[in-house]
Amino acid sequence: MIEARGLSKRFRDKKRGEIRAVDSVSFTCQPGRIYGLLGANGAGKTTTLRMLATILEPTEGTALVCGHDIVEQPEKVRSCVGFLSTATALYPRLTAQEMVEYFGRLNGLDEAILKKRVDDIFHRLDMNGFRDRRCDKLSTGMKQKTSIARTLVHDPPVMIFDEPTLGLDVMTARTITAFIRECRDNDKTVIFSTHVMSEVEKLCDAIGIIHDGKLLTEGTLAELRAKYGEQDLEEVFVKVVSPYHSNSEA
Amino acid sequence: MNLRNIGCVYRKELTEWLRDRRTLISTVLIPLLLFPLMMVGFSSLAVIMIGKAEKETPKIMVLGGEDSPAILEKLRSVDNLEIVLTTDDWKRKISEKEIRAAVEIPKNFEVSLEQSKPETVQIYFYEGEIKSSFGANRVEKFFKDYRDNIIKNRLSARNIPGSILNPFEVKQKNVAPPEKVSGAALGGLLGYMVILLSMTGAIYPAIDLTAGEKERGTMETILSSPISRMDLVLGKFSLVLSASLATAILSLISMGVSFALLGKSGAMSSKDAAVMQLHIGLPTVLAVFLMALPLAVLFAAVLLTIALFAKSYKEAQSYLTPMTFIVVIPAVASLMPGVELTPKLALVPILNTSLVCKDIVAGTYHWNSIALIFLSTCVYAAAALFLAVKMFQRESVLFRS
Repeated sequence: MIEARGLSKRFRDKKRGEIRAVDSVSFTCQPGRIYGLLGANGAGKTTTLRMLATILEPTEGTALVCGHDIVEQPEKVRSCVGFLSTATALYPRLTAQEMVEYFGRLNGLDEAILKKRVDDIFHRLDMNGFRDRRCDKLSTGMKQKTSIARTLVHDPPVMIFDEPTLGLDVMTARTITAFIRECRDNDKTVIFSTHVMSEVEKLCDAIGIIHDGKLLTEGTLAELRAKYGEQDLEEVFVKVVSPYHSNSEA
Repeated sequence: MNLRNIGCVYRKELTEWLRDRRTLISTVLIPLLLFPLMMVGFSSLAVIMIGKAEKETPKIMVLGGEDSPAILEKLRSVDNLEIVLTTDDWKRKISEKEIRAAVEIPKNFEVSLEQSKPETVQIYFYEGEIKSSFGANRVEKFFKDYRDNIIKNRLSARNIPGSILNPFEVKQKNVAPPEKVSGAALGGLLGYMVILLSMTGAIYPAIDLTAGEKERGTMETILSSPISRMDLVLGKFSLVLSASLATAILSLISMGVSFALLGKSGAMSSKDAAVMQLHIGLPTVLAVFLMALPLAVLFAAVLLTIALFAKSYKEAQSYLTPMTFIVVIPAVASLMPGVELTPKLALVPILNTSLVCKDIVAGTYHWNSIALIFLSTCVYAAAALFLAVKMFQRESVLFRS
């Protein structure tokens, strides 16, 4: 479970001064459900998810991930989180197996359990054909599978996906979305950020629309459709964001 | 601090490092081949070039001397000189290497010699040009032999023994043991090489493990794992330090082998070869390494910190290249004649280690200075490592854009 409580993040920029990338964001993600964080580029999705994964520290507020405070116990939080984004690349000179084993060891798995877990994941994701191939020699699809295996190796109860399908071809993107569904089916807490409406419609049990660092609204797809009187999620999004968008543009 | 995690990061970085072709070139191949190629290659080349220059019969032009036919005749009969026709543009011909030297014989030279009037034979040559020097030397030798012969004849005519011109000999003799002689000649070089190579060996891995990770997008991957930032930086630091020491060790082995080969190759005179044979025992090598170790730690931590600040590989390279000059200047300063270890200099990083290594190789152990240098460098190294850990905890550095 994830409980964000007034999460805020400010950055200092030499030209633009202080930037509030995330502004008092609060939400809850339940196990066995996918929470979609929907927003345009620069809305604050990545910063929010990086704070939840303890890669960045919040300026104000906090969050509980699996009951651990992200500010007080960042290492405990990371050990129960699997984080995947298009920015989380693979080490080019390690083989797929070495890559997954490395993260298993960093997550404290002992060698016997690690071996069993790696064999199981490689079999499940059909990765045995390239387990000894170096990551820089893998195709995009193989790389994505390796990244998935890397996030799964310690069997984390919480999965954080930051625009995981960005820039991927249809077939590779389908592998990722299938994996996200599988995580939900395995009762994991899943949070997922994107700006692709169709992905949200297909995958998410709850949706939060974020803009200019603020969480403007949240609810299930049906609740948002009813609340804004639109069937198309894109129209809902535009209705939610437009007043703030014109303000921020001005 | 979790040693298991540090070891895990270290093993992973080592695996990647050993699989990188650029690493093998910069850390293993270049240090191993640089010295044999430089020393054996260059000295053999020099021997070949000098041998070739010595075998050449130099073309010499004689200016004047028409009124001294006997000397001219003797000069022409010298085997390894070719006397060419005199022309007015002899200076240009020397400069353009058409002839090697010219000799100006004074007017009425033979008459002056008979009358014991002092005269000067002027030899013109191209300074710095080896073949011209050889030519000028041969002409000079001819005239010196001729002069000595005249002196001999004059003394003999007066029944005076030759020894009157040389009542006693003056000679210098070395009493310092061979290791001190070679230490004084090469000790500074050894320290300089260890310092410089431990720095250059650390540059590439320091960039690859920091700015390289940012550029490849693996920094966020590793930061999402439960390892603490301190363990991560210590694991990476250990690898950079290993690379630094590996480069220095391989270079020293290569340097030792090169000196040994050079000594046996006959490229140098036996006296020079004896000086070039560093009489270094294992304890001396270990002592040099022990002194260089905190400095290598300092380099590894500083390079890691600077490279981490960079956004890309290219940016890191532009930051670290000037570092080489910062290291070279104090290291070279220690090689200057007359630069000795003083309590103040013992606190100047790099220069202090370079100076103390010079003393150690020469077999001189100033224990107070050694302790001061070791401790001060350890303090600098610890401060640099602390800074590196702090930098790894700064989001503005890790996610600088």
